[in-house]
Amino acid sequence: MSDKKKDKIKETVNSAVRKNILKDRIFEGLVITLSLLSIVPLIFILSYIFAKGFPKLFIPEFWVGIPPSGQSKNVIEAVGMNVGGIANGIIGTFLIVLMGGLIAVPFGVLTGVYLAENRQSKVANAIRVAVDMIQGIPSIIFGIFVNIWWVTTMKGGYSAIAGSVSLALMMLPIVIKSTEETMILIPDSLKEAAVALGTPYYKVLLRIVLPAGLSGIVTGVLVGITRIAGETAPLLFTAFGNPNINLNVTEPMETLPTLIYNNARSASPNLIENAWGASAALVIIVLILNILTKVVVNRWKVKF
Amino acid sequence: MFIPQTLTTNDVSYGAVQIIDIIGERYGSITNYISEDDQRWFGGMPFIIGTLMTSILALLISLPFSMAIAIFLGEYFTSGIISDILKTTNELLAGIPSIIYGFWAFTFIGPLVYQLFPFSEGGGSNILTASLVLAIMIIPYSASLAREVINLVPADLKEAAYAMGGTRYEVVRRVIIPYSSSGILAGILLAFGRALGETMAVTLVIGNKNDVPLSIFSSGQTIASLIASKYAEGGTMQIAALTELGLILFVITLVFGLLGRYLIKKLSVR
Repeated sequence: MSDKKKDKIKETVNSAVRKNILKDRIFEGLVITLSLLSIVPLIFILSYIFAKGFPKLFIPEFWVGIPPSGQSKNVIEAVGMNVGGIANGIIGTFLIVLMGGLIAVPFGVLTGVYLAENRQSKVANAIRVAVDMIQGIPSIIFGIFVNIWWVTTMKGGYSAIAGSVSLALMMLPIVIKSTEETMILIPDSLKEAAVALGTPYYKVLLRIVLPAGLSGIVTGVLVGITRIAGETAPLLFTAFGNPNINLNVTEPMETLPTLIYNNARSASPNLIENAWGASAALVIIVLILNILTKVVVNRWKVKF
Repeated sequence: MFIPQTLTTNDVSYGAVQIIDIIGERYGSITNYISEDDQRWFGGMPFIIGTLMTSILALLISLPFSMAIAIFLGEYFTSGIISDILKTTNELLAGIPSIIYGFWAFTFIGPLVYQLFPFSEGGGSNILTASLVLAIMIIPYSASLAREVINLVPADLKEAAYAMGGTRYEVVRRVIIPYSSSGILAGILLAFGRALGETMAVTLVIGNKNDVPLSIFSSGQTIASLIASKYAEGGTMQIAALTELGLILFVITLVFGLLGRYLIKKLSVR
């Protein structure tokens, strides 16, 4: 082969290699740029909300103030009165989420234990499919379902309880899954030891299995609560909303998310400002719940 | 295509007349259904189209970003400060309540879209704005599942490809993505299901116009946003129609959700 030909081959190979390397570089650059770009929205959202809502958090009236009762928001706006605070929303969110958790936890934990104890049974498989389905259902569907079932058919009316039921339905699959996953991790030898001592089955479950998997269950409950705390859609036609502070759970109740939704759609700058403050408060609550969950997961893991 | 509605409401059973005309000959504003004597038709078409349009557009927008994040965290930087930051931001993005996304988009993305495209409808409240905010919301979902499956790609497969002289780009394209394709697809399906059912963020920015959206710049309505804005004040007939739309949404999300979960199950068996 002549030198010229060799050079030519070298040249083509080199250019191909260079092209490949260039492609690789471009791809790497693209991956890094796009990934880092995805942080931008978070920065925008958080800075926007805190810039607009954070100053509000230091006004005591914003926390404890209630709108003058008996007047619609339009009237309040027209006379330029203070539209009050978010106390009704905070109390409502706390109560509704608490009741939702109280409804979801017993069902969820017991179902999770059942699924872990009966891994192969047909009923368990059917339940697993059902739980998967519930998890994928859009939140607004829960609102419709509870509205038809509880609010209208059972004549429950718009009430905090109806809101709690819809949130409990959303929380249920999370609690069930985390309980099941933790229970599966618990070694059979632990249960066998208890059974060998003559312990009845229910005591094995209550005294041995459940305490051993407690941290997993707590994590599941916290994740579930974090998920439902910011939920709006299922509450729109169940808990409905209430401009006043209300502690009666059979009456309509305001929550932070519904308060933000109602205020954000209004034309009054006062109400919109309140919505910003409420958004900041809600984000802080959800962030605290997130951090709490992480701490529990890291510090208190089930290990066997 | 007619879907007869068998739902009976509290007081009256409309059975025979309650039909949603999916093709949508007589859709339009469902608020004035009572003004015409024979008006017993509710169109589902504008809302089904609106739902699919926003979700598919959101998926297309989010796809490059979520894939980049998955490859970034699963292959390029599996540990270290940058990957920790990115992971945390993704978790935070997934944790922010949807109403906050909606409120932010209403005051920030909407006006931005209107400034960039002054011809868009609704002063920035349109399909494009809704898709943008949906895209931001679903990025973490498809990214986290894709990252997990990319992490699972066996090292010897990658090493074999490197030993053949493959560049990293070639390894990602020819080895990693084909190997983890079903997991990536599952993540995309789950994210799509979430986009379909997302309510609050969309309701605030889509413009709430009960008409078939002609382009991505026109205002529209998704099934979820229609239900959210009309259900509470609806009459018996309206509620029945909205409930059937809810059923349609339920079935659509169920199909995608179960498909995604089936793919995950198949994956975990392997």
